[in-house]
Amino acid sequence: MAVCIAVIAKENYPLYIRSIPAEHELKFHYTVHTSLDVVDEKVSAMGKALVDQRELYLGLLYPTEDYKVYGYVTNSKVKFVMVVDSSNTALRDNEIRSMFRKLHNSYTDVMCNPFYNPGDRIHSRAFDNMVTSMMVQGC
Amino acid sequence: MEGLTLSDAEQKYYSDLFSYCDIESTKKVASNGRVVELFRAAQLPNEVVLQIMELCGATRLGYFGRSQFYIALKLVAVAQSGLPLRVESINTVKDLPLPRFGASKNEQESRHTTSYSSDTENQGSYSGVIPPPPGRVQVKKGSVSHDTVQPRPSTDQQESTSPVVSPQQSPPTSPHSWRKHNRHPSGGNNERPLPGPGPFWSPFSEAQTGSSAGDAMWSGHSPPPPQENWVSFADTPPTSTLLAMHPASVQDQTTVRTVASATTANEIRRQSSSYDDPWKITDEQRQYYVNQFKTIQPDLNGFIPGSAAKEFFTKSKLPILELSHIWELSDFDKDGALTLDEFCAAFHLVVARKNGYDLPEKLPESLMPKLIDLEDSADVGDQSGEVGYSGSPAEAPPSKSPSMPSLNQTWPELNQSSEWETFSERSSSSQTLTQFDSNIAPADPDTAIVHPVPIRMTPSKIHMQEMELKRTGSDHTNPTSPLLVKPPDLSEENKINSSVKFVSGNTVADGYSSSDSFTSDPEQIGNTVTRQRSHSGTSPDNTAPPPPPPRPHPSHSRSSSLDMNRTFTVTTGQQQAGVVAHPPAVPPRPQPSQAPGSHVHRPVDAEGLITHTSTSPQQIPEQPNFADFSQFEVFAASSVNEEPDDEAEMHPEVLQVEKTSDPSSSLRVAKPDGRVEEKTAASAPANVGKSTTPLAPPPKPIRRRLKSEDELRPEVDEHSQKTGVLAAVLASQPSIPRSVGKDKKAIQASIRRNKETNTVLARLNSELQQQLKDVLEERISLEVQLEQLRPFSHL
Repeated sequence: MAVCIAVIAKENYPLYIRSIPAEHELKFHYTVHTSLDVVDEKVSAMGKALVDQRELYLGLLYPTEDYKVYGYVTNSKVKFVMVVDSSNTALRDNEIRSMFRKLHNSYTDVMCNPFYNPGDRIHSRAFDNMVTSMMVQGC
Repeated sequence: MEGLTLSDAEQKYYSDLFSYCDIESTKKVASNGRVVELFRAAQLPNEVVLQIMELCGATRLGYFGRSQFYIALKLVAVAQSGLPLRVESINTVKDLPLPRFGASKNEQESRHTTSYSSDTENQGSYSGVIPPPPGRVQVKKGSVSHDTVQPRPSTDQQESTSPVVSPQQSPPTSPHSWRKHNRHPSGGNNERPLPGPGPFWSPFSEAQTGSSAGDAMWSGHSPPPPQENWVSFADTPPTSTLLAMHPASVQDQTTVRTVASATTANEIRRQSSSYDDPWKITDEQRQYYVNQFKTIQPDLNGFIPGSAAKEFFTKSKLPILELSHIWELSDFDKDGALTLDEFCAAFHLVVARKNGYDLPEKLPESLMPKLIDLEDSADVGDQSGEVGYSGSPAEAPPSKSPSMPSLNQTWPELNQSSEWETFSERSSSSQTLTQFDSNIAPADPDTAIVHPVPIRMTPSKIHMQEMELKRTGSDHTNPTSPLLVKPPDLSEENKINSSVKFVSGNTVADGYSSSDSFTSDPEQIGNTVTRQRSHSGTSPDNTAPPPPPPRPHPSHSRSSSLDMNRTFTVTTGQQQAGVVAHPPAVPPRPQPSQAPGSHVHRPVDAEGLITHTSTSPQQIPEQPNFADFSQFEVFAASSVNEEPDDEAEMHPEVLQVEKTSDPSSSLRVAKPDGRVEEKTAASAPANVGKSTTPLAPPPKPIRRRLKSEDELRPEVDEHSQKTGVLAAVLASQPSIPRSVGKDKKAIQASIRRNKETNTVLARLNSELQQQLKDVLEERISLEVQLEQLRPFSHL
């Protein structure tokens, strides 16, 4: 089950970040921040290859004893970072991928809103609902 | 003047009033006209008014400046609250209710007041206030009653408006006071402010009360307000100046300003209807929305791009966040553009939001872009109902005309029909696709795609199968065949032997007649058999696949070879007829036994039989299952005698021996009889079968013998007793020349060798097949394990 989901803008500032257990919010913020380095590393590593769906999904960025961090980057260098609880039955790769896909779709919907200025924090309720659903059930 | 501190509400109110009074926009209000009326509306004694005027210094100045005016108003409030008029009281009195101005009995005044009150409210907290349902209910009732009670006293209106307004504006009394207060001045200035607030208010009140006069007023004022509202909608500053004059505009600003409704009536109607059922769009509203849509996008079927919509809705002064949410709700297909339906839904949501309704989390059904015509018609009905209920707007009982609803509906209908069409097109296309596929499916006969027709590609296989069959049974017939293994069930073997015999006989015949035949007939197998026999071993005698036509009857020591030779010769002699008739495991014996009148074949057959039997004994050692060692021994004894006749004799002798050996010859007879019975079934044409017995591949020697016996039996029976006949037959056999036996021996030796190789190969084949099965099983198990081990993958 995803415990924290963050959307990071191209300039590496957060557009949206939300965690489930409130007490660890700061910890997750820090985790997400540190994972950005890994994301950049991966992105630069495969910059040469063709851009395809596979590359959007970065996979496991790094694991800790409690949780794992997964990354996903869009073509516009907007990054999605997801922190998943390890104690939960290991979510399979495809599940993580589908979660990122949903995230990406919701993000696209937010972008489509003409009242949303790219670079603003995301306040869309639909996006919130989607993220909540993902965090609650983790799928 | 003393410093005057006004609360925000007061400030606004006062400024409104001042603007209201400041007709000439000179920032000075003469002590006449509206001011006087305003003060009069305060319902204060004239002395008090005068006192107030003196206090504020207007008398000194001769006019009301803004500050004086404010002070005056404050004093009015003080006076109304019952406090003595003091200059000091201006600032000292806290929490002074706003000066109330007596309401004139003018509908418009009431409207004004309502407008004012609503204005102030709007300015203040209106936008954030959610009108409680009762208000709506009242409104509803009011509007409903509109039809029934046309004329309504202004008082009623006032009363109705006040309660109506209050709920809308949330309950504080000050609004009431304000309202009344406003009424007074507004009463005096019905004409001027009317264009603005009047129509605005009148529709509003009418929506609530439904006065016909209001209608008149409305109709009169409807045109200007739109413009003003438009203006107000578009530009903020002018609206601010026109605040007092046009409370409607103010209201616009705060409430439905975004709409810039062409008709305030529409707006108010909208409000009321929205209050009543916030998410239903009335016809007028819809018409208005459509008109607005047209201003942006002339094509009603087209889209409004996101940017244009953004600009449009930004005018509503709603916070971007709320606009963003409204967009999310209304952009049903998430394409970044608004269709007419989406636009109307968005507009409606904006109106509702302006009226203080919280935005829903999900798009209400009534706002959903209609995708089905049915929904449209239903919505039309709703809308018309709405219209009736919301009260007659200035523009006359509007749009109950079916034209508008139809107009409204045509759009969505068209949209939806187009959508439907596309949908159907898609579906039809898919159908066509499927049809296509189905058309393609029946492949042309010309195309290379042909149904795989089962063809027996491997005669060899069949040969192999038949070979196996033959082997099982052929071992007996084939003298050289080492493989007589499958003997567990003698009876089966008998049958098989009979069939194999038949086959072999056929094949042999074929072999003789035609060298190669790949038919899947038993003949084929026989051919292969013969071929194999001929190929595999027959280097010495090797005769090309077709066995040598003339097959001398070699007198071979081994009975088997003799048998074969016999069979061959017999077959050659008898051609296929004999071969065909041979299927039953007709042992060569019966043939000789049938000797009475027997042709040469018969003896030959007998010899063949004998040879068969001889071979069978030979095969005995190879097949431990083979039972009849005694026969073998007998045969061995008899084999010394190379004469086939002797052997033939031996066979019957053996048989006879067997029979004689058996204490109960009858049993023997019975056995063969049983066998005969078995074989008779197999061997239809007994006669022919017998004749062709030698042709059959060597079945089990015993069988052969037995068969021969069997075969012989019936005929023997026919002719004579079995034993006797046999003896006779056997006796007749010796007449066969021995040379034939020699050739036969050689051939049969080669045949034997071939048979051996055959058996070896057959064994190998079976073993390999077994291994293959094992490997396949292993593979399956491994695959299963792999499946289990592989992590589940979500798709």
